[in-house]
Amino acid sequence: MRDNSMSNTHDSPPKSLDIIQPIKQHFDEPLTLACGEVLTEFDLVYETYGTLNADRSNGILICHALSGNHHAAGYHIDDNRPGWWDTYIGPGKVIDTNHFFIVCANNIGGCSGSTGPANINPETGQYWGSHFPSLRVRDWVSAQKRLMEFLHIEQWAAVIGGSLGGMQAMRWALQYPDALRHAIVIASAMRLSAQNLAFNMIARHAITTDPHFYQGHYLQHNQFPRHGLSIARMLGHLTYLSDDLMGDKFGRELRTGSFALGIKKAVEFQVESYLKHQAAAFSSHFDANTYLLMMQALDYFDFSRDFNNDAIAAFAHTRAEFFVVSFTSDWRFAPERSQEMVTALINAQRPVSYINIHARQGHDTFLLPIPDFMQVFSAYMLRVTDECR
Amino acid sequence: MNADKMTTRAQSNGMRLDLSLIQQWIGQHDRLLDLGCGDGTLLIELQKKHNIKAFGVDINMDNLCMCLNKGLCVTMQDINQGLSNFATQSFDTVVMTYTLQTVYCPDRALCEMLRIGKQGIVTFPNMGYWRNRFHLFWRGQMPKSKYLPYPWYDTENIHLCTIRDFEELCAQLDIRIVDKIIVSENKLGGLARMYPNVFGASAIYRLTQQGGTTQ
Repeated sequence: MRDNSMSNTHDSPPKSLDIIQPIKQHFDEPLTLACGEVLTEFDLVYETYGTLNADRSNGILICHALSGNHHAAGYHIDDNRPGWWDTYIGPGKVIDTNHFFIVCANNIGGCSGSTGPANINPETGQYWGSHFPSLRVRDWVSAQKRLMEFLHIEQWAAVIGGSLGGMQAMRWALQYPDALRHAIVIASAMRLSAQNLAFNMIARHAITTDPHFYQGHYLQHNQFPRHGLSIARMLGHLTYLSDDLMGDKFGRELRTGSFALGIKKAVEFQVESYLKHQAAAFSSHFDANTYLLMMQALDYFDFSRDFNNDAIAAFAHTRAEFFVVSFTSDWRFAPERSQEMVTALINAQRPVSYINIHARQGHDTFLLPIPDFMQVFSAYMLRVTDECR
Repeated sequence: MNADKMTTRAQSNGMRLDLSLIQQWIGQHDRLLDLGCGDGTLLIELQKKHNIKAFGVDINMDNLCMCLNKGLCVTMQDINQGLSNFATQSFDTVVMTYTLQTVYCPDRALCEMLRIGKQGIVTFPNMGYWRNRFHLFWRGQMPKSKYLPYPWYDTENIHLCTIRDFEELCAQLDIRIVDKIIVSENKLGGLARMYPNVFGASAIYRLTQQGGTTQ
């Protein structure tokens, strides 16, 4: 006979959090940005999961990637789907809300509630549009630091992020070395490659050449460059997937039409229909200027630029323990990009662990329930948990 | 070399044995790299006793998870793909316990280990051990033993050698043998001192580059 409690833990996956209410916080102390411009005030919208412990040592910051936002886990009242990292964040999950107080904020420049180009510039009374200051990863980290201070957290147990989120985790370790104990960097890189830059350039071109773009001031014209943003998203989305995954998922299946002789009707491949659907869904809720800003932050990020491109010198400046994860089929930020990071950390004599997960799903693997990834991630989180007790 | 140190009696737990023997060569706060660190037992023990800065390399996911669980720093890396990511002389000690015979190019691995570490510690099973010789001679089959438990077609041990083979390779590679310990069966300690290549079940070597020094 089976033990009931055992079958519970093994058979039913951990549940999601209950209904989550995002919080908007206004910051009125000016924030000087890397580009030299100053945001005189700004809002950050964020969510928290779990409870901050008595000595405030169990805070974890989750940094979102290019198209992500503050809604990492649980459900909003009107959600059909949970937050973007619900697979990994929740009670009994890898990032366990029973142990940690987890914070995730929409970055400035975003379009999910934090101050961004689709908001009104208080100084002009007009939409920011393309006049929103250009942003770097370090600006997001500076804004997140304000939130940390507001929450009276002195040190994060960990700062965790995948892709562009991983760059923020790295940047935290460099910019505020004592403000975090662990930096968990997943499917990321110290800088974009020429190929990465080229993809972003094409995406940017698609948006800015859309006749409805109006040089970034489309909202003033009551327009939206949906077509350009759709193309940008399709291109971006493609780089998140692997050839294998697309083969498994779509192959050469047809959605409509036929190759039968004598039939004129055009065919639509499944993959075509999928990409169109992704693009339509994305361009209906995401701001084009935000997309441009986020891509620019990606393009400009270079972890060791301030250290004469010496990554070892840069990492020698950090105090956090690093956990780096890559995925074998990720060609956007290939395992070699993570390995460069790990090599620099080892040679900077900084504590680091690294796992290259065998997975077929490409860059977006970090969002999916991959057993090997869950196993190693949990194994690492155990030590983060132990330090909070 | 101190004759007492040269042979020692085999105990039931091979890993424990290595640990208790090699820790005399490990200094407090040393930076130690374990190539093929397994579940991290050795690193944890040395961390407890010598406060070493431990770093492990392994390829097996379950092993790596056990290491992560224990709080060790480990990286997933295939030694066969090279170790160029470790800087020259960046560790005090580089250890390979029962790993050398599993790599594609043991000679290159030895050179790399002594490039990375000020000293290297290597353990391996001795193919020249009398039981292995008897196994091959009388049964006409590839030897199997506690140290070599796998069938020939399904084993990681692809580069087995004898103590003599190993020392010959060290000479060829200009590697200095600073110390060695021959592990033998209980009653054969005396014989192992005289005929290590016949009566030593396994061997533990402490190595440096020619001209290298150890504390």
